[in-house]
Amino acid sequence: MAKRIDVSGLSAYYGSFRAIEDISMTVEPRSVTAFIGPSGCGKSTFLRTLNRMHEVTPGGRVEGKVMLDDENLYAAGIDPVSVRREVGMVFQRPNPFPTMSVYDNVAAGLKLLGSYKKSQLDDIVEKSLRGANLWNEVKDRLNKPGSGLSGGQQQRLCIARAIAVEPNVLLMDEPCSALDPISTLAIEDLIGELKERFTIVIVTHNMQQAARVSDRTAFFNLAAVGQPGKLIEIDDTERIFSNPSVQATEDYISGRFG
Amino acid sequence: MSTVLTDKRPTTLRGASLPKWSPWVIAAGSVAVAVGIGLGAGLDSRIQWGLIAAILYVLGTYAIASMVEGKRQAKDRIATSLVWVAFLLAVVPLASLVWATVERGVKVLDVYFLTHSMGVVGDREPGGGIYHAIIGTLEQVGLATLIAAPIGVLTAIYLVEYGRGNLARAVTFFVDVMTGIPSIVAGLFILSIMLIFEMQPFGFAGSLALAILMMPVVVRSTEEMLKLVPNELREASLALGVPKWRTILKIVLPTAIGGITTGIMLAIARIAGETAPVLLLVFGNPFINNNPFEGAQASLPLYIYQQYSQSAGAEPAYDRAWAASLTLIAFVMILNLLARGIARWKAPKTGR
Ligand SMILES: Nc1ncnc2c1ncn2[C@@H]1O[C@H](COP(=O)(O)OP(=O)(O)OP(=O)(O)O)[C@@H](O)[C@H]1O
Ligand SMILES: [Mg+2]
Repeated sequence: MAKRIDVSGLSAYYGSFRAIEDISMTVEPRSVTAFIGPSGCGKSTFLRTLNRMHEVTPGGRVEGKVMLDDENLYAAGIDPVSVRREVGMVFQRPNPFPTMSVYDNVAAGLKLLGSYKKSQLDDIVEKSLRGANLWNEVKDRLNKPGSGLSGGQQQRLCIARAIAVEPNVLLMDEPCSALDPISTLAIEDLIGELKERFTIVIVTHNMQQAARVSDRTAFFNLAAVGQPGKLIEIDDTERIFSNPSVQATEDYISGRFG
Repeated sequence: MSTVLTDKRPTTLRGASLPKWSPWVIAAGSVAVAVGIGLGAGLDSRIQWGLIAAILYVLGTYAIASMVEGKRQAKDRIATSLVWVAFLLAVVPLASLVWATVERGVKVLDVYFLTHSMGVVGDREPGGGIYHAIIGTLEQVGLATLIAAPIGVLTAIYLVEYGRGNLARAVTFFVDVMTGIPSIVAGLFILSIMLIFEMQPFGFAGSLALAILMMPVVVRSTEEMLKLVPNELREASLALGVPKWRTILKIVLPTAIGGITTGIMLAIARIAGETAPVLLLVFGNPFINNNPFEGAQASLPLYIYQQYSQSAGAEPAYDRAWAASLTLIAFVMILNLLARGIARWKAPKTGR
């Protein structure tokens, strides 16, 4: 299921503003890759180019190549809708659909895409909620509104919703930034389990979190405000945190700037 | 130590405050004074009395509060009292209008009145009813809604979800222009088309004019409601691999449906009272005509107007006009209540 992502020479624009410039990297399947870097350096922008969500923003434009195994996501004739089925996404702020129940939220992707038998749906919903470590907390209120859950539960609900459609890659943009330490831990554990099945990319501002959950870490930086963000280096997490090859990375990790 | 001459900070957190009932007393006092002034100065307009009382109330509140409680609380109270005065200024005419309509309307309003037409009743004789006018209003407004609501909602969806560049700007501009079309002009527009085809007045022609009036209102309100739907929901759905049109259909519209229906209901309420285009295009008819596509029809506002204008001051006709007005107001109010009910029922649920 999990697929490799191969990015080469990728730049992304908002109108005429170039937010990220010439990024090349490989994201290994069945592993967790963390993106770190100062605010505004383009981590979210880059993440959103990986499932063609960047172009949803008015004026959003991308140059370069993103290979998912052996298919270029930006080749002519590629349907962004099917790309997004392969590459799922969890957002920084939990965003369950307010008109839907917990059950319908998890089933949303499937229901909106095709027709499933009720029993099939039940199975997938339970499996996804279990996968997101949420089943025990919500199994008695599957028909209550999803927005009635706590923030941490809502975020795990969004993860369940994302994994219910069985993507190959899961992108997470600061999934724990609005959560308490316990929910954060629950989600970190979950990430550890999910990487058995998915390729996971996670943006985080929390160094410990990057060190705890990721196998590889990419450090982004920007020369100055208004300049495009760039990939400084990507390496095994252990190396990045103990012995990075670029001075700026070490400065950032040890808190000397940013 | 001696540099601080006066320290304005109170020594405790508890400041002097007026008792809870003080606004009522001040209000009663200012009304009494206003009546006194009115009688003394020989002002015979009750409206003048009321305005004097309102001014006295605002000033009195400020004076008393600033004496007892201090400047900041006095400002707070003056703002509160201004809000109350504004509220009363808005409510008094409305309440007196409803009161006058109910008082005069109930005289002839009964089941017979609601279920009979004016077919064999002369304009100046008692008896008769508004059944034919109710049928006409329901059919004309219903058909207008069937035309205007879908077009309006679809236009709004285009503007909010797809519209970029010149076409969207042009559409917005024309919607704005349409909002300003006087109803009689909409009527004349349809009339000119009818004259080209040498058609006689019929209900659906009125519906077309009403639809022209209704459409921009629906577009505007729906647009606002769609803009309120958080972008994150759209992105969440798109990121699941749901196509844009399904996202709009299954996520955006259900989230906004309460507000959209409210907007449509209010637009219906607005056109239900239109007289001018109906007068031009539907003409009016004392008999029951159930077919909106052929022959003249009546409608409630038109009925009210004609009862007044064609009866040369006959008492029974006036009574009928008031009763029809009451029916029309009740109709609009029921629509509003319905809209609120739907909005509450469909609102995104947050409870646990
Ligand atoms: N919708 C947008 N329109 C225009 N510019 C944008 C938009 N979103 C982001 N940008 C700009 O793109 C650059 C990168 O933003 P991005 O959100 O990717 O940063 P980030 O690394 O995710 O920051 P953070 O860590 O604060 O989330 C910033 O300069 C930002 O101002
Ligand atoms: Mg970000």
